[in-house]
Amino acid sequence: MSLPGLVLFCSFFGFGAFARAMGFSMGEAVFTSGVVWALPGQVVLFSGLADGAHLAAAFVAVTLTAVRLLPLTVAILPLMRRDRQSWISQYFLAHFVAVTVWVESMRRFNDMEHAERIPFFLGLSLTVVPLNLLATALGHAASATVPPAASAALLFLTPIYFILSMTSAARARADHLAMGLGLALGPVFYRLAPGLDLLWTGLVGGTLAWLAGRAMERRR
Amino acid sequence: MTGGLSTYLVILIAGWMATDVWRLLGVAFSVRLNAESPVLKWVRAVSTALVAGLIAKLVIYAPGELADVALWVRLSAVAAGCAAYLAAGGNVFAGVVAAEAMLLGGILFLT
Repeated sequence: MSLPGLVLFCSFFGFGAFARAMGFSMGEAVFTSGVVWALPGQVVLFSGLADGAHLAAAFVAVTLTAVRLLPLTVAILPLMRRDRQSWISQYFLAHFVAVTVWVESMRRFNDMEHAERIPFFLGLSLTVVPLNLLATALGHAASATVPPAASAALLFLTPIYFILSMTSAARARADHLAMGLGLALGPVFYRLAPGLDLLWTGLVGGTLAWLAGRAMERRR
Repeated sequence: MTGGLSTYLVILIAGWMATDVWRLLGVAFSVRLNAESPVLKWVRAVSTALVAGLIAKLVIYAPGELADVALWVRLSAVAAGCAAYLAAGGNVFAGVVAAEAMLLGGILFLT
């Protein structure tokens, strides 16, 4: 297993443990990993539902974390889609678009004939997805049986993985500002408006960071 | 909260549909999007702040057994993870390992 693959496996393992701590069953956790297949959205969903978020609030918070999949999908699909391929079979490919598989596929597509790309992408996806569904189930099961210290360590995987992968993805100054504001505002809004906290943190912190980023660009 | 809907239905609506609407739109779009357009930059900032807020919440108002670990141990572990990540030239795996080692060390030896 490659290093990105190992990190991904660990983070889905952590998600399984997190799901159990939030009161979700193993089936619900594995189902979510399969149908959402985008870790931030999964954690936002379970965190929101556990805090009693309304369905609409959970939907909006999850969808805000998923917009980033649009440019990823738009970038990769034309590189592999076939002439007159039905939209349903294109959607089937698009469902697997998430950062790790996307990065690896984009890297390898360069040295590949067009016809080889779909088999490669599907082969990779249909290996990575089941492995991480297994990771989710194992994480859920493990956190129920291991000693409390190990269980705490499993629950720590999600925040530490997110903060580091977010740092490595941040490029513009607005990204760093959005991170800082989100870290500061998250606990505040959690006290003020549990259930809507992530939505408010995102909208307020993100908009402020975006405005500041624009102002800094203008000044240059 | 979500009324009498089964959890699986809630996951399908607020999880699957909320996520895959963007993948489906990605199938429909034929033009390449400019990731530097103002709208996409705003979306990126909002989702970054949202997930950062989630991280702070998961560390400070920690779930399950993690809540029993002293806050300063959790915060030191985050700091250790970030330091190792930077020292290893941006290696996420090194950061995760260092943070977990610090957390477990803190639990076993310091509290």
